Amino acid sequence: MSERAPVTETEKEATDAGDAADAAASGANRSPEERAEGRPVETGAQSVVRALENAGIEYLFGVQGGAIMPVYDALYDSDQLTHFTMAHEQGASHAADAYGIVAGEPGVCMATSGPGATNLVTGIADANMDSDPMIALTGQVARDFVGNDAFQETDTTGVTDPITKTNFFADDPDVVGDDVGQALALSNTGRPGPTLVDLPKDVTKADTDVEPGEPETPDTFHAPEEADDEAVAEAVRAIEASEKPVILAGGGIIKGDATEELREFATTYEIPVVTTMPGLGSFPEDHELSMEMAGMHGTGFANMAITHCDVLIGIGTRFDDRLTGGIDTFAPDAEVVHVDIDPAEISKNIHADYPLIGDAGTVIEQLDAEMDFAPDADEWREQCQTWKDEYPMDYSTPDDEPLKPEFVVEALDEATGGDAIVTTGVGQHQMWACQYWTYTEPRTWVSSHGLGTMGYGLPAAIGARVAADDDQEVVCFEGDGSFLMTIQELSVAVREDMDITVAVLNNEYVGMVRQWQDAFFDGRHAASEYSWCPEFDKLAEAFGARGFAVDDYDEVADAVEAAVEYDGPSVIDFHIDPRANVYPMVPSGGANGQFALSEEQLEDL
Amino acid sequence: MTGGLQGPGPKDRPRPDGRRNSQGIRVDPDAEAEPDTRRAVLSALVKHEPGVLAEVSGLFSRRQFNIESLTVGPTEDDDRARITLVIEEPEPGIEQAKKQLRKLLPVVSVRELPEDANQRELALIKVGATRPDEVHAIAEMYDAKGVDAGRDTITVEITGSTQKIDAAVEAFEQFGIHEIVRTGTAALSRGAEYTATTPDGAPADD
Ligand SMILES: Cc1ncc(C[n+]2csc(CCOP(=O)(O)OP(=O)(O)O)c2C)c(N)n1
Repeated sequence: MSERAPVTETEKEATDAGDAADAAASGANRSPEERAEGRPVETGAQSVVRALENAGIEYLFGVQGGAIMPVYDALYDSDQLTHFTMAHEQGASHAADAYGIVAGEPGVCMATSGPGATNLVTGIADANMDSDPMIALTGQVARDFVGNDAFQETDTTGVTDPITKTNFFADDPDVVGDDVGQALALSNTGRPGPTLVDLPKDVTKADTDVEPGEPETPDTFHAPEEADDEAVAEAVRAIEASEKPVILAGGGIIKGDATEELREFATTYEIPVVTTMPGLGSFPEDHELSMEMAGMHGTGFANMAITHCDVLIGIGTRFDDRLTGGIDTFAPDAEVVHVDIDPAEISKNIHADYPLIGDAGTVIEQLDAEMDFAPDADEWREQCQTWKDEYPMDYSTPDDEPLKPEFVVEALDEATGGDAIVTTGVGQHQMWACQYWTYTEPRTWVSSHGLGTMGYGLPAAIGARVAADDDQEVVCFEGDGSFLMTIQELSVAVREDMDITVAVLNNEYVGMVRQWQDAFFDGRHAASEYSWCPEFDKLAEAFGARGFAVDDYDEVADAVEAAVEYDGPSVIDFHIDPRANVYPMVPSGGANGQFALSEEQLEDL
Repeated sequence: MTGGLQGPGPKDRPRPDGRRNSQGIRVDPDAEAEPDTRRAVLSALVKHEPGVLAEVSGLFSRRQFNIESLTVGPTEDDDRARITLVIEEPEPGIEQAKKQLRKLLPVVSVRELPEDANQRELALIKVGATRPDEVHAIAEMYDAKGVDAGRDTITVEITGSTQKIDAAVEAFEQFGIHEIVRTGTAALSRGAEYTATTPDGAPADD
């Protein structure tokens, strides 16, 4: 955002590769005082921008509009902040969310009042469910008009109250910068989450010379660090005495930058590790202790391990029902050690016998320091291995059937050499991307977990692209239905010349719905057939991206190679088997150990 | 990419012995597993600013806590208001309510009050005035005060525990109740003990 043309990939490379002097020149390294000297704050809007600069923010995603115009105008002068204009505010919120996941710093989205703000809502709710650091800045009508149903007025703080960690209505030009600073600090302190600042136009337009301070959390906010020593000691005694221990690694491990600690702990004491879906990448899936992902579409072996363990060490997980299945049958013989930074997560869904409230990495180190010996679990590890052999993730590719989606996922994993960030929409394709990609590093898996938002994949790929290293590939798996929901963001990827490969697993159905209809609604395909969906390769070309269409196994490798090699956005429309289903599957509310491997087994359950 | 998914089917897999109840607590597989509910009085000290009540009541409705009453009013400190919440929940639900309340930014501290805390509710009861002497007699029994008497109706004011007011309402029913308004429970802990507060800025969360 400036007089400059939009940042292109090459320009970005230049900045990324630049040394500290470049960074200083762009303003990122200056202190608030130096900034104030260079260009003092004169309006509320400038104060907002200054607060973003003070927090080290570099990128924003948004759409212009009446009530937010003063802020955009102030942004025009910032040499530190780059703004990406998105095609739709929902895209802005998902892009900011994904940026936050990959960068580990708050992603920023902005929109005008009314429809702009309500269009952000899905992305805010998504970030809230997944505890992603994000801040939304929304324009608002002038204070005098608030409450009068003015043009483009929505009670934005009211609407977003249940889906933000906290939100502010900025009603004072002298304080608005600190409101933004606080919102930024809160979004990434303790359990991360989205925050929002609603900015009335008269507040951002008003004169003020108050320089905002460094971003700080308010004094009523206390994020716990260390767990209680006595509680740690009790948990450790239970782990030591265990014969069938399992670590359940959740997204909190990644959010809390605790992957090193987790890996160290698990390998030192040789405890098998199961991950949740948001926890993918916290533990390398190619490690022999890895049991991969548990839950509704988790691996058979992960679900067997969870079901039969005697001590479950859950770290940074909120025990979502897609993970637990029926509560009564979740790890029914296990004592539960639960590590979480949010006290309200303890015993919310699954009772914690050993609650440990604190930062994931710190608490794992506390556990490690207290452990005298590893649990005696040779037999258990052998059992886990047996389950891995019994229930491998595999699929068949008969000659007389169309392309299998699993094959496509594996082909892209191979072509990118494993060094890629994966984003997805929501549906069957998302599950195949979980199951058949091998995740080994944190912050490489970007998906909509808790909210399950179709259309998340492409805008998320844009946010991930901005946050990622330049040599890292960004691969987006989308379903035909999900892709259509935010496909307009291709225009942004093209304009910014972003290196993104979109793989559409096109089954001409909203496949996940079709799968459930086949299983639970007598195959009645109410509103799930998408045979009218466009030719995505041609649509991509119309947007200015590269487009490929693939029908057969022997076309996969070439298309994948061409798309991955191409430096701009490309879309491969994979026409996959329309009948392909996701297995294993635990029926909703069922017992994890009773996963079905096929439709016949599902019928028997 | 060879054989597809394999392994023993659901019926051939071992099953664990245990079971959890709907609160996620491990229970004896044969035992009655549903926990009892109890009444809890929560006192929250909050910042005295607009929107806090909406935030608190929104939290309780969207998390489906079984709420009996909610009162709010200013305190000795201009910057603080006190909210008294009465909920009826199983033990884990009560714990969860306290923790979720504490997560709200304007909430300074939260405490569950013991059963012996001073709990009062105010009610105004408007009844038919055909038998004024009898209304007066019943009012006396419940320590109620007349606040308005006319040709057609008498209005009495009564304070006390929720149970006492319930009983009074029942007793007044014989005169024909025109209207009732009740405030819900307000409560303070007994003696010098603090309710939910931050003397010297120390958090009083229990
Ligand atoms: C915004 C939104 N609307 C509806 C749903 C319900 N839903 C979940 S999965 C799914 C099907 C997705 O279909 P598609 O994108 O074609 O992917 P596939 O399952 O075929 O891979 C639907 C409709 C949702 N998750 N999100």
